[in-house]
Amino acid sequence: MANHTNHNSHAESHGSLKSYVIGFILSIVLTIIPLVLVMNPLFSKVGTIVAIMIMAVLQFVIQLFFFMHIREGEKPRWNVQTLVLGLVIVLTIVAGSIWIMAFNV
Amino acid sequence: MWESLKEFASWFFVTGDPLIYGAMVSIALTMVAIVFVLTKYKKWGWLWREWLTTVDHKRIGIMYLIASLLMLFRGGVDALLMRVQLAFPNLEFLHSDHYNAIFTTHGTIMILFMAMPMMFGLFNMVVPLQLGARDVAYPFLNAVSFWLFMFGAMLFNLSFVIGGSPDAGWLSYPPLSQNDFSPGPGQNFWIWGIQISGIGSLATGINFIVTILKMRAPGMKLMKMPMFSWSVLSSCIMIIFAFPILTVTIALLYLDRFAGAHFFTMDGGGNPMMYLNLIWMWGHPEVYIVVVPAFGIFSEVVATFAKKKLFGYTSMVIAVMGISILSFFTWAHHFFTMGTSANVIAFFAITTMLIAIPTGVKIFNWLFTMYRGKISFKQPMMWTIAFIPCFVVGGATGVMLAVAPADYQYHNSYFLIAHFHQVLIGGVVFGYLAGIYYWWPKLFGFKLDEKLGAWGFWLWNIGFYVCFMPQYALGFMGMTRRYYTYGWDLGWEPLNLVSTVGAFLMGAGFVFQVWQITYSIKHGERDTTGDPWNGRTLEWSIPSPAPFYNFAVVPQVKELDDFWRVKEEKANGTYKEEPVHLEPIHMPKNSGLPFIMSFCWFIAGFGFVWEWTWMAAIGMVGVALVMWARSFQYDTDYYVPVDEVRRTEASLGRVY
Amino acid sequence: MQQVANNHEHGHAHDHEHGHEDHEQLKVLGFWIFLVTDCILFGSLFATYAVLMHSYAGGPTGKELFELPGVIASTFILLTSSFTSGLAILAMNKGKVKELIGWLVVTALLGLSFIGLEISEFTHLVHEGATMSTSAFWSAFFTLVGTHGVHVSVGLFWMVAIMMQLRRRGLTPVTRRKVTTLSLYWHFLDVVWIFLFTVVYLMGVM
Repeated sequence: MANHTNHNSHAESHGSLKSYVIGFILSIVLTIIPLVLVMNPLFSKVGTIVAIMIMAVLQFVIQLFFFMHIREGEKPRWNVQTLVLGLVIVLTIVAGSIWIMAFNV
Repeated sequence: MWESLKEFASWFFVTGDPLIYGAMVSIALTMVAIVFVLTKYKKWGWLWREWLTTVDHKRIGIMYLIASLLMLFRGGVDALLMRVQLAFPNLEFLHSDHYNAIFTTHGTIMILFMAMPMMFGLFNMVVPLQLGARDVAYPFLNAVSFWLFMFGAMLFNLSFVIGGSPDAGWLSYPPLSQNDFSPGPGQNFWIWGIQISGIGSLATGINFIVTILKMRAPGMKLMKMPMFSWSVLSSCIMIIFAFPILTVTIALLYLDRFAGAHFFTMDGGGNPMMYLNLIWMWGHPEVYIVVVPAFGIFSEVVATFAKKKLFGYTSMVIAVMGISILSFFTWAHHFFTMGTSANVIAFFAITTMLIAIPTGVKIFNWLFTMYRGKISFKQPMMWTIAFIPCFVVGGATGVMLAVAPADYQYHNSYFLIAHFHQVLIGGVVFGYLAGIYYWWPKLFGFKLDEKLGAWGFWLWNIGFYVCFMPQYALGFMGMTRRYYTYGWDLGWEPLNLVSTVGAFLMGAGFVFQVWQITYSIKHGERDTTGDPWNGRTLEWSIPSPAPFYNFAVVPQVKELDDFWRVKEEKANGTYKEEPVHLEPIHMPKNSGLPFIMSFCWFIAGFGFVWEWTWMAAIGMVGVALVMWARSFQYDTDYYVPVDEVRRTEASLGRVY
Repeated sequence: MQQVANNHEHGHAHDHEHGHEDHEQLKVLGFWIFLVTDCILFGSLFATYAVLMHSYAGGPTGKELFELPGVIASTFILLTSSFTSGLAILAMNKGKVKELIGWLVVTALLGLSFIGLEISEFTHLVHEGATMSTSAFWSAFFTLVGTHGVHVSVGLFWMVAIMMQLRRRGLTPVTRRKVTTLSLYWHFLDVVWIFLFTVVYLMGVM
């Protein structure tokens, strides 16, 4: 049975307390930085927007790696491929809409 | 009391049109007849146990097929009514409101309630068999998908007799589809019919992606997978990325109508053009969702009936998968004339033309497969051969439409109508018919009659060109879509009359096909071998009709077209018989929950349509309760013992 | 372990158990794909919001009505709940059912307070005269933020169902898979909130 349990935990999520704590702390930091940037503008408006979007994307990546354990799981990693493709489509939807509608607003 | 009841009935039911009264009577009679037959022959229990609660992909496929043929009939009748109205100038067969309702339901039904379920029917009937799998990845979810589609379709069709049909076009552009211009429940029926069946489509997309990625028989590497399964994968990838956009778009439209939101309104800062932008982000991939599986069918049919390996398998895979991604970058060509920057138009014109490249690759691959093949002209092959010229012309006119400056002339004219009917009928309908004729024996155990089929085939084909070629010319002559009538002075009457004749020829073709099916049930050639066409892929290695567990022994795959390899090795004596070892087969249990949950969705949808919040709430609580109940269900599968497998196989003539 | 053993009812227990596990893995993949479709759903709402975010139609703007302290509190609450749902997974991997349920309870309470804050924010906005029908901007705002809130609420119901099943059945391949998918869903909702927070609130008050 012991063998069996190992197999179980192997197939499902790994992660150690350490990785969760690191992910949590990094997320907190990446939430506070944009807050500070918005409260006390250091850059121009566009600069701030770019900066806080970068922070958001970074935090997304961190949660992906430290909380959702995107690196683990059996190969081939269909979940990662679907996610990447999905993000491309999301980007297309948002950027495409803004581009097309920019002329009409 | 009586007076208020009469008043309620007068706005609840659709009144005032003899055509609709006739339809109401016939619907009521049909329902009484069905109830009578089921009761008389004590078939209620059978219906519930064998069909309504089934999770078997083959039975679900058959139910999809039946539903889609009924919808083809309704959509077809809509088409014929329109063609009658347009046959001569100034006809008063249909008045303008009725005409608007009919072109709206014709388009919506043909795409969402005919093409989609026919496609899902083929997915279900074929994909697990082709992969060597016992079922799809999530059989329960598969049943949920079907019943959501079915109840969504019923909700939509209900608008015919209750509340009034939607009449703002098949994509219901605002501001016309807003409360100001389309008051009443008709437009809500459109929204909720599509919304409910759309959830089912999304689930089917996920289901078949996982099935294809994870449930292939051992040894079947992706690049050894049959082409139809590839095309299903491509289609499902588009489904999972496109359908959430549709869900959002029509939910926002409903919020505009129900909650007074301002997404697409003319006032309050709303922007109707945003609706066009969003709906076509779904709408363009949607047409590829339905046409790509047809390409997969043609690939299977061509290889089988030319008795050759498919030419350019790898390039075909790349083309099919490439199209699924490219399809998300062309949507704005549907509204070039809306007004946007020149850069946007240039970008989308170019991406649209790029689509022609992978499509051209496929056409050449099919032609080269036929080249020097020993072609046998059975029905599936006939439809495939008819498809090629039809689709090439349709594609070429599509490239004409992609030329943005010229599109300002063609836009929303009959030229466009002729174009998309040519690719949708020539591509999708011909393809699905080829697929139905091809896989029919596997599902039902007999072939469909060739002679009656030939009548259907020629009537459809001749009718098609007679109907739609004149419409290209009418478009150039200035006739735009959705005209309900026209004057004598425009010179459109000869071509319109010809077009109407063509439409009726196609209708006659459909009648022959219905006759063909009913005739063949008794007289069709029985398939005793399981391999009636000398096929190449795994589905032909098992008996017809396929037993409920599909494969008694899971096949070991070595090559592309593995069944062909086995047959060849058997013929030249190099085949190594491997010891067969029957094992208990793991199968999912039937469940009534998908039916009940979808029925709750129907109740909720009906409440949303009439904006009766209490009813919508009851329905949604029902949905939640069923999901809760399902979460606590652990006893969901069972094992078929070896003895039963052996007995079933023996009854189908195979001894283990 | 007792519960796992209980599952071995049939004769060919070992084979079946493996079949079950493969099947549970299959469901995790399907759930991933579902989450990606949910990304598209939120992507479409974000696109709508981005296009309509300056269409105030003479009504109040976000800058006038947003109250950042409450939003910052919800952000940290949801982030913490994402962390605690991870701790639940750790407890599960160690096979400690009680600890697992404990962390799920903490996660659910945090989720509940997040919803509470959101409801009070919406009530406040309505009192200030910003409703669904005030302008395109507010329609887009309420729909985008509300859809996320509905997702969190559904997650809470789901969490209760899973806690009940864990108490009844302990850790089996099936309940393990359910906890795994639930925590994926919960992390996903936090990720969506990061972008909501950035695009709607931070950019809204700039």
